[in-house]
Amino acid sequence: MDPEQGQHKPEVPGPSVWPIGVAVGVACVLVGLVISWWIVAIGGAITIVFGFLWLSDLAGHRVARRPAPAPSPPPTGAPQAERRAEAAPTTSRQGFLSGLTLGLGALIGAFVTIPPIWLAIGPPFLKQSKKPVDLGPISQFPLNQWRVVTFQLVPNGQPVWNRTAYVRYNGLLGKVPSYTIISNRCAHLGCPVQPLGLVEKNLAKTTRTTGAEVVTTTPVLAVSGFSCPCHGGAYDTEGNRIAGPPVRALDRYEFSIVHGRLIIGHNYSVAKVEGSGAQAKIHAYNLTGPGQHVDGWEQIFYPVQPPH
Amino acid sequence: MAATSPTRSQQAKAVALYPLDWLEERSGLVGAVKYFLFRKVPGDVNWFQTLGSATLTAFLVQAMTGVILAMYYKPDPNSAYESIQHITNDVTLGWLVRGMHRWGASLFIILMFFHMARVFLFGAYKYPRELNWIIGVLLLVLGMLEGFTGYLLPWDQTAYWATVVGINLNGTGPIIGPFLSSILRGGSEIGPDTLARFYSIHMLILPGAIFALIGLHLYLVIRLGVTSPPWSKTAAGAPWLEDEEPEQPARKGLVEPAPRGGAAR
Repeated sequence: MDPEQGQHKPEVPGPSVWPIGVAVGVACVLVGLVISWWIVAIGGAITIVFGFLWLSDLAGHRVARRPAPAPSPPPTGAPQAERRAEAAPTTSRQGFLSGLTLGLGALIGAFVTIPPIWLAIGPPFLKQSKKPVDLGPISQFPLNQWRVVTFQLVPNGQPVWNRTAYVRYNGLLGKVPSYTIISNRCAHLGCPVQPLGLVEKNLAKTTRTTGAEVVTTTPVLAVSGFSCPCHGGAYDTEGNRIAGPPVRALDRYEFSIVHGRLIIGHNYSVAKVEGSGAQAKIHAYNLTGPGQHVDGWEQIFYPVQPPH
Repeated sequence: MAATSPTRSQQAKAVALYPLDWLEERSGLVGAVKYFLFRKVPGDVNWFQTLGSATLTAFLVQAMTGVILAMYYKPDPNSAYESIQHITNDVTLGWLVRGMHRWGASLFIILMFFHMARVFLFGAYKYPRELNWIIGVLLLVLGMLEGFTGYLLPWDQTAYWATVVGINLNGTGPIIGPFLSSILRGGSEIGPDTLARFYSIHMLILPGAIFALIGLHLYLVIRLGVTSPPWSKTAAGAPWLEDEEPEQPARKGLVEPAPRGGAAR
């Protein structure tokens, strides 16, 4: 039946130069992903054009290999009738019914597969808003001293929702109190950075604040910066990267003071911080995942962020 | 005695074979299994060509031990770690089955690479087996994803932070990276859903895909036959040997497949 069956000679096409063009096109696409969209478009066009030339080369080889493309033997008698019936089903009842079956099947398939697929990948992008967390009275944050604050993102007592921030009171900026609240999520790949200083664990205080969040506050003495245990990223006391693989400074939290209590809100990403304490100039960006650049030419890697 | 014993043995044989005959007549399965097992292979195959079967065995061990472990494991942040301690310390032979799964995981990956190296060095990826190489590469990727998702399940510090790093590593991919990491986490933050998600991917989605691709992989092995080693006198791509064997020039590198269909007895 199959004309290939029987002649098992490996079908090796002749040499062709077009694959080189395809390789250049694919490389161009990859470079474009890094540099710019229009280079992706050019690379894609090159790939398609040369891919088409390559395929037509192969197809030409196939045709050339069989100079007489075996005109089907003149059918005779009953087989001929069968062949006709098979060859023209499109207008027949059979064709209509098989089209209907396929169409209905596809419709039913879509109805039953789209909701589960949505359930798998949709919810991660919905309802990601975080609630503000009450860290307790501002009196527990003395001037220029660091506190390790562990709180709950979702106040249900599960350790999986524990998050940690480093808080320092910088004194008043004009009439407004200034705080530096640094996230402990390393800007390299998200490991927990540790303060370089003496963590006084015996002075840790655990309180339940208004939203029933459990907040643990631990004093740290003589903080000279932060460092990450995973891959050696190092930061100064403002969270600026000073060594290692991180691509930017440590994330920070927005804060507000309500009825004398320190409330932290959304976290945001920071490219770098100039100056320090209350006078710090923070180059702030929307929250971005660890390892992702927010400034410099590399930011074109990450044009769109999912909701955080 | 001497006259009756052949009859008896024949009778015994008939009794023993009757269920097989019954099955064969209704399903053709006996013939199919024979067709699968008793294929012609080149005369000069060697032990390196058992690496694929070894990999398959390692995967089947992973599947079996994983199913049993799932009877005791609880994919919930509050009880995952304790349930694994329970499996290791309390359940009879739990330590052994968990150990088989844990060490077998590495063995599976290592064997895949050895198998891949054999195929590469023997040139067995060449025409007409390119598609099987591609399927094998997909299997390698799925196997490594199994490793990534399984690593979180013990839910200890190593597991948690390794997964944080792994997810964020995915997040650094250009353009789609941040979305990929959100899908893996099941949201913008790692939480209870992340563990259940990884568990589902680890024990349902990926094994299902691996089973399907192994089926395709084996189908192509059976259809195309086993390759000769590169030093084989009948190997494909050895034109300097062509004159020595004028009798079968057209079938070099391809083993004549056994006749199709059942009832080969």
